[in-house]
Amino acid sequence: MSLLPPPSRPARPSGRVGSSEAVLWRLDWVLALAVASLVGLGSLLVWSATRQRLIDADLDPQAFVKRHLLNALIGLVVASAAALVDYRSLHAYAPVVYVASCLGLVAVLTPLGSTINGAHSWIVVGGGFQVQPAELAKLALVIGMSMLLADKRDREETPSAGDILLVLALAAVPMALVMLQPDLGTVLVLVFLVLGVLSVAGAPAVWVGGLVLAGVLVSVSAVQLGVLDDYQVKRFAAFANPELDPRGAGYNSNQARIAIGSGGLLGKGLFQGTQTRGSFIPEQQTDFIFTVAGEELGLLGGSTLLALLAVVLWRGLQIASRAPDTFGRLVAAGVVAWFTFQSFVNIGMTLGIMPVTGLPLPFVSYGGSAMLANLVAVGLLQNVHLRSREP
Amino acid sequence: MSDRPQLRLFVLRVLVVTILATLFGRLWFLQVYAGVDYDRAASANRIREVVEPARRGEVYDARGVPLVRNRTALVVSISRAALQRQSDGGSAVLARVADVIDVPADLLARQITPCGGRVEPPCWRGSPQLPVPVQEYAADDPDGVRRVLRIEERREDFPGVSAELTAVRDYPGGALGAHLLGYLGPISPQETGLPEYAGVRATALVGRAGVEAAYDRDLRGSDGVQRLFVDSLGAVTGVQGETATQPGSTLVLSVDSAVQRVAEQALERAIRTARATPSRAGDLLTADSGSVVVLEAKTGRVVAMASYPSYDPSVFLGGATPGEYAELVDEARGAPLLFRAIAGTYAPASTFKVISAAAAVQSGDYRLDGRYPCPAVFEPTGQRNFDSTALGVIDLRTALVKSCDTVFYAFAYEQWLRDGGNRPVAGLRDPMVRMAQAFGLGERTGVDLPGERRGTVADRAYRQRVWEETRGNRCAGAVNPALPEERRAANREFCEEGNRLRGGDATNFAIGQGDTLVTPLQLAAVYAALANGGTIVEPHVGRALLAPDGTAREIDPVMRGRVPVAPEVLAYLREALGGVTQPGGTAAGAFAGSGLAVAGKTGSGEVAGKQDTSWFASFAPAADPELVVVGMVSQGGTGGTVAAPMVREVYDGIYGAPGREAALPGGRLPALLPTVRPDGSIAPPGLP
Repeated sequence: MSLLPPPSRPARPSGRVGSSEAVLWRLDWVLALAVASLVGLGSLLVWSATRQRLIDADLDPQAFVKRHLLNALIGLVVASAAALVDYRSLHAYAPVVYVASCLGLVAVLTPLGSTINGAHSWIVVGGGFQVQPAELAKLALVIGMSMLLADKRDREETPSAGDILLVLALAAVPMALVMLQPDLGTVLVLVFLVLGVLSVAGAPAVWVGGLVLAGVLVSVSAVQLGVLDDYQVKRFAAFANPELDPRGAGYNSNQARIAIGSGGLLGKGLFQGTQTRGSFIPEQQTDFIFTVAGEELGLLGGSTLLALLAVVLWRGLQIASRAPDTFGRLVAAGVVAWFTFQSFVNIGMTLGIMPVTGLPLPFVSYGGSAMLANLVAVGLLQNVHLRSREP
Repeated sequence: MSDRPQLRLFVLRVLVVTILATLFGRLWFLQVYAGVDYDRAASANRIREVVEPARRGEVYDARGVPLVRNRTALVVSISRAALQRQSDGGSAVLARVADVIDVPADLLARQITPCGGRVEPPCWRGSPQLPVPVQEYAADDPDGVRRVLRIEERREDFPGVSAELTAVRDYPGGALGAHLLGYLGPISPQETGLPEYAGVRATALVGRAGVEAAYDRDLRGSDGVQRLFVDSLGAVTGVQGETATQPGSTLVLSVDSAVQRVAEQALERAIRTARATPSRAGDLLTADSGSVVVLEAKTGRVVAMASYPSYDPSVFLGGATPGEYAELVDEARGAPLLFRAIAGTYAPASTFKVISAAAAVQSGDYRLDGRYPCPAVFEPTGQRNFDSTALGVIDLRTALVKSCDTVFYAFAYEQWLRDGGNRPVAGLRDPMVRMAQAFGLGERTGVDLPGERRGTVADRAYRQRVWEETRGNRCAGAVNPALPEERRAANREFCEEGNRLRGGDATNFAIGQGDTLVTPLQLAAVYAALANGGTIVEPHVGRALLAPDGTAREIDPVMRGRVPVAPEVLAYLREALGGVTQPGGTAAGAFAGSGLAVAGKTGSGEVAGKQDTSWFASFAPAADPELVVVGMVSQGGTGGTVAAPMVREVYDGIYGAPGREAALPGGRLPALLPTVRPDGSIAPPGLP
C-alpha cells in the first residue's frame, strides 16, 4: 500500500482560514480554556506530588513543576502549528509522522531505548529529555487511519473490507512494536482508538464486533501463553484481588485508593495530603497523578477534574459532528476516543476499577511526550474547528 | 452529509457520558461512602508508635534490702509466625538456633507453640503473633554474648530469630520469699483488652503471682509512646505527639528479709527433722509440706511468710522449661508453686479451742472461772480424749494448757442440745460457729496477695450444701455391693442424714476437726486478734509505694472490726496460752529454756488417710504481744513435737538466743520507711 500523499482534492469553501486576528476569535475557546485549566490544575498536582521528595533530597522543590510547565509551553507551540496549518495538508505529513513514530518505536527496542519501571519505552535524547515514541504513535495512528478511511469515505457510505484490512494493517505495526516494549496500556488505547475511528467511519457492526471479540481472545491467550511479562500478569491478578499481596503488586492500587478515599468531600488541602507527602504512592506525578487530586482536593477537586475532561470530550464530539469533511470528523472522533479511553483507564486504576497499567492522564500527568502528543491532538481539534461550517 | 455519521458519533457520545459517570460514581463511593475507612487506613499508614517500655518498680523489704531488682540480659526470641512462613515451617532455622543456644530443637518447638486446647506446657501463653523468649544470658556473660553474636552476625541464617538487650527481673535473695514475690509472665491476648491492663502493650510481662501480681499496676508504671509520622519507607517525617515514660513505683514490703530467712530455714529444718521422727502409727513422718507465718500482732503487717516446698523464681525468666513447670505443679513433688500460707487449707485442730472457749464463755452458758470434767471418754458420743487420758475436774486454763478435748466436747454437745439437738429449734444460737465466723474464718483475710483461699466453717448451711451436691453419689454408694460393708454403712448414713448437724459433728467442730478448714494466715489473724485485744486485722505484705520522684504512699494497716469477746476473757485466754509453753503445757518441751515468754496453742489435725497436721499458733511476748507466729507442717505429727519446736526456732531467730544473733531485735519492724536517694537508689530507713 502507498503511504504517499494521495492526489489533492479541491478545497471546500467552508475550510478557509482568515487573518490571524479572525483565527484567534474563531478558536474554540471553551476547549482551549478547559485544556488550559487541566494543564494548570495538573501543574499544581505535579508540584504537590514531587515537592516533598525534592525537599527531602535537598533539591529545588519546583524542579518538576518547572519542567512540566516547559513541556506544556513546547506543546503549546507545536499545537499552535498543528492548529493553523490546514489539516488537509496533513496528507503530506501523515506518512512522515507515521513512519517517524514507527522508527522511534523500533529504536526503543534497540540498545538506544531505556527501561523505566519495567517498560522499555523511552529513548534518551540527552539534555535530560527522553522521548516516548508510543505517545507520538497514537497521534500518527489517528491521522493515518483518518486519512486512509476518508479518502474512500468521501465516495462510499461504508468502508469496504479491503479498506478495513488496510487500516488494520496500518494499526498493527505500531501496536506490535508497542507490545514488544511491552506497554500494554498504550496497546489498549490504540485498540480503542482504532475501534472508535472505524465505527465512526461507518465500518459494519460485524467488523467492529468481530474485532472486539478478537481482541478479547488475543488478551486471554496472551495471558495463557505467557506472552505477557510476569509483572503484567501480577498486576492483573492484583487488580482482581488487591489484598492478595498488599506489599507487592497490589500495593499501588491499595495505596492509591487509601489516598483518594481519605480525601473525603473537600480533601486535606493542597500540599497537605499525608499519603502524598509520605510518598506512599509510586509514580504519583505520572500514572497516579489523580490520587493527589483525590487526596488533597477531595471529591470537589476530583469531580472538577472530571468535569474539565468532560468539557474537552464534549467539545471534541461537537467538533467531530460539525467537521467539514470525513477526514476532520474521523480525526476529531479518534482524538476523543483516545482521550476517553486513556482517561478512563488512568483514573479507573487509581479508583481500583481498572488494572494498573502505565498510562498518563491526558494534560495532567507529568511527562513531555504525552503532553506534546495531547496538546498537538487538541491543536488538530482546533484545526478542524476553524474549518468547520458552523464555528 | 447523512444522519449516519451523526448516529455513529452518538454512540461515542453515550460511551463518553457512561465512562465519566462511572468514574464520578466510583469517586463518590470511595470518598464519601467509604471515606471513613480509608481515612483510618491513611492514619495507620503514616503514624507509627514507638514504645519506650517503663522500667518496672523494684521490691525492697522493710529495711531497704532489695528482694527484686532489674538487670539487663540478652534474650533470644523466636517468632513462630515468621518460622511458619518459611518453606520448611522453620525447622531448619529452629535446628540452627537449638545448636547455638544449646537447647533441644523439639523443646524449642514446644516452647513457641501457643497454649490452648490440648497443648501441654511448656507452651507460649502470650499473643501468638509475638516473638517468644526462649533463652536468656546475662549481659556480662561472655559465653552468652558469644552465642548471641553468632546469631546476630549471621542474620540471614536466622530469619525469625532475634536477640535483644532486655530488662529482666533479678532476685538478689535467690529463692528467698519466692511465693511472696511471685513472678512475671506474658500478658495473654484476652487480657490486653481488660481495663485493669489498659495501656499495657501486647509484648509486656505482667505480674502472675505474689506481690508482682498484687501490685502490678503500681510496679509497671506506664510506657512512653512516641507517635511519629512516617513516609512509605518508614523514614520519620515528624512527631505527632508523645507521652513520657513513667517508671513504676518501688514497692516496700513489711516483710523483713532476715526474719523471712529465719522462717524459711526453721521450716525446712523442721520438715527434715520430722522426716526422721516416728509417727503415732510407728512409721516415719512424711512431712510433705509446711508453712510459717509471722505477723505484727497490732497491725497485721506480714513480717515473714514461708511455704515449703519452695522454688527458685528465676525459672520463670524467659519461661519455665517443660520439666521445670511440671515439677512446680506436680502434686507428687508437693506442688512447690502452691503458696500454702494463703492457699493451703487444713483442719485447725486444737488451735481452734481458743474460739470454742471464747464462744462457750461469751454465750453465757459457762463461767470463765468454772471447773469442768475432763474424762478420757465423752460418754454421749463415745469420743475419746486425744491421748485417752482423764484429768479429772479442771479449770478452763488447764483445759487449754493440756488440750483436753472432752471439756470442749461437753460444751459443744450441751450447746447443740440447747439448739434442739437432732430437731433444731427456731432461733438457733450455734455459738461456736458464730464465734469462728466472727474471728474471720470462712472468709478471706484480705491479704494483698492473689490466690488466697477462704477455707471453710462447717456450719449447718455448709453441711446442707455438701449433702445436696453429693447425695446422689453417696446414696448410690450405700447400695453398691462392690463396696465393703463399712463404706456402704458410711454412705447410707450420709445419704440419710448427711445434711444434719449431729451431736458428734458439733463436738468435732469444737476441737477444730471435721470439715472446718483454715489457712495458716487465717489462723495467724485469729491469734493476732487474741493477742492485740480483739481487733481483727487485715494482713498486709505491702508497706509503702515509693514513686520515682521519692514521694511515699504508705499502705496503712486495715482493721476489719472487733471480735465479740470481752477483754477479761481475752486476757484469760492469753494467760492460759502462756501456760502452754510452761512445764505441764503441750509445748513445754519445745520451749524449755526459752528466754522469751511465748503464749501459744498446739494442734494435731487428723486427716483421713494421712498423718496428722502439726500446728503451733502463738504470740510473744506473752504479756504484751508484738508478734504472732503460726507454724504448720502437713503430715507432721503432733503440734508439740514438730510445729512447736519450729516456731521456737523462729522466735529464737527473731529475738536472738544464746549463740544466735537477733534477726529483728525486740521483734519490732522499723517505724521509718526506706527512702529514694536522688540517684534513684534506695536508702535504708533513717539513713541518708
